Amino acid sequence: MIKAILIFNNHGKPRLSKFYEHYTEDMEQQIIRETFHLVSKRDENVCNFLEGGLLIGGSDNKLIYRHYATLYFVFCVDSSESELGILDLIQVFVETLDKCFENVCELDLIFHMDKVHNILAEMVMGGMVLETNMNEIITQVDAQNKMEKSEAGIAGAPARAVSAVKNMNLPEIPRNINIGDISIKVPNLPSFK
Amino acid sequence: MFPFESGHVRLGRRYFPSSPSRSAEAGRAAILNVSLVPLSAAKRDDSRVVLVSPRLRMPAPIRLRELIRTIRTARTQAEEREMIQKECAAIRSSFREEDNTYRCRNVAKLLYMHMLGYPAHFGQLECLKLIASQKFTDKRIGYLGAMLLLDERQDVHLLMTNCIKNDLNHSTQYVQGLALCTLGCMGSSEMCRDLAGEVEKLLKTSNSYLRKKAALCAVHVIRKVPELMEMFLPATKNLLSEKNHGVLHTSVVLLTEMCERSPDMLSHFRKLVPQLVRILKNLIMSGYSPEHDVSGISDPFLQVRILRLLRILGKGDDDSSEAMNDILAQVATNTETSKNVGNAILYETVLTIMDIKSESGLRVLAINILGRFLLNNDKNIRYVALTSLLKTVQTDHNAVQRHRSTIVDCLKDLDVSIKRSATQSVSGENICEFVLCIYSHQ
Repeated sequence: MIKAILIFNNHGKPRLSKFYEHYTEDMEQQIIRETFHLVSKRDENVCNFLEGGLLIGGSDNKLIYRHYATLYFVFCVDSSESELGILDLIQVFVETLDKCFENVCELDLIFHMDKVHNILAEMVMGGMVLETNMNEIITQVDAQNKMEKSEAGIAGAPARAVSAVKNMNLPEIPRNINIGDISIKVPNLPSFK
Repeated sequence: MFPFESGHVRLGRRYFPSSPSRSAEAGRAAILNVSLVPLSAAKRDDSRVVLVSPRLRMPAPIRLRELIRTIRTARTQAEEREMIQKECAAIRSSFREEDNTYRCRNVAKLLYMHMLGYPAHFGQLECLKLIASQKFTDKRIGYLGAMLLLDERQDVHLLMTNCIKNDLNHSTQYVQGLALCTLGCMGSSEMCRDLAGEVEKLLKTSNSYLRKKAALCAVHVIRKVPELMEMFLPATKNLLSEKNHGVLHTSVVLLTEMCERSPDMLSHFRKLVPQLVRILKNLIMSGYSPEHDVSGISDPFLQVRILRLLRILGKGDDDSSEAMNDILAQVATNTETSKNVGNAILYETVLTIMDIKSESGLRVLAINILGRFLLNNDKNIRYVALTSLLKTVQTDHNAVQRHRSTIVDCLKDLDVSIKRSATQSVSGENICEFVLCIYSHQ
């Protein structure tokens, strides 16, 4: 079981934190800090596995991490997960993010935290791996995003209509049109309500 | 192509436009000028007919992006805290106004602040309101908020049960998916008891998207309420005949969980061994299938899962072990080892061989694979090899001895993790030999 998935940058600022077991808010922040502390000390050419810190469950748990440019992707897992498999999973996750955001960079994760959560929700559920096929994940995420967009389209219409009307430059409506002998009385239009 | 070895995602800087988007403009305009009430009589004489009148209203809550941008300009922790507190106050008053339009936006901001470490518990009820909304956008953020902010220690979470029940029966599969996901992540025992029936129903659906999620949700339900395990037994009957790899994967996880929890289930599921062997065989022999391919290997994740289940099923049982001997030998000899995925499969195969009642030839093969791992350049491989040697040293003492010198070399490795693993491999009985070995190397 995956206990937690953390993404933070080289300075320890969290970019995503998802816990699959319950911890209090303080504990969560402590875990993030401790994990950063452990992982940032690691050299570049050592293996990607670490024993879990004191906070996240001790010897049965491992921290499996990968370092991509400015970000650390850390999965905290227990012994029921294959370590090498999780390494591959991190790679799939990053490649999926790369496809969804087109050349993903840290700024994408910063400004679209909710989207990253949505993508992750299609991959890992309840601490267990749900789907590992990148194309399948992207298809499902895209379909849900389309649903959101279509809702925003309908909901955004009144707002757009109001501002359009507001910006319209209506000429004055003449009350009487006099063209020679013909006198047409323009009916009193009801006021806009 | 699956660029494992490159390992580098192109993470670089990207310019972020600072001007507000058109839609933001439209959004703001709408807030200020919602009412189209005609003006007072005095103004009516004016030739310009003013269509709308501005009405005094609170400014619209800022979008999540704006908030993030603002927070990033903070130069000190204190400055950041101040900005966050100001925004929290704005969000709180917006919640008090019971405004449906902006609840989604406010909760999204709250979740961001929660990630940074600031208290966000006042948003819990708002998440529930979002879940109850009809819009998918609202539900999505609402469920995410529930997963991040709520837990079973608060009574609030029980209010979700009814919403989840309705959503599990929703006409849109993605809404059902959201409900399954949330239940599977943070459902309490009471919730699981109430909703287990719905999950069981979805486990039998033909929709593969829902089926795979229902399987993992069932695992969570079983973990919370072990007595309910029996309930899911009928649904597992034809899980393995699925073609969809996602469903297969999560089904194997479900079966693994059931087998690990109950010896009765374990003996019941032993009859699945031939089917599992067949699936594994198809994966290895299938040739190139691009949708499941990872570095030339067909769905390595599924292979690893099946191998793990086979390990549990074969342990201590002669017949099952015999049934899987051939396939294990096949996997052990045919898997490509140039990429990490291949090694993950091999590693799992080795562990399985060591755990079941395999014939001696197979065991020797397994130990030799481990020995090769120890000499691998990749530190990760060396680490996992050492940890598994640790497990096998009790049972196959002699075979491990052959690799004694390599283990000793690992003791000298600079990597802390590898050193620790190597030290643990040195068990009580053979510690003298190892010490002698170290001395003789010096």
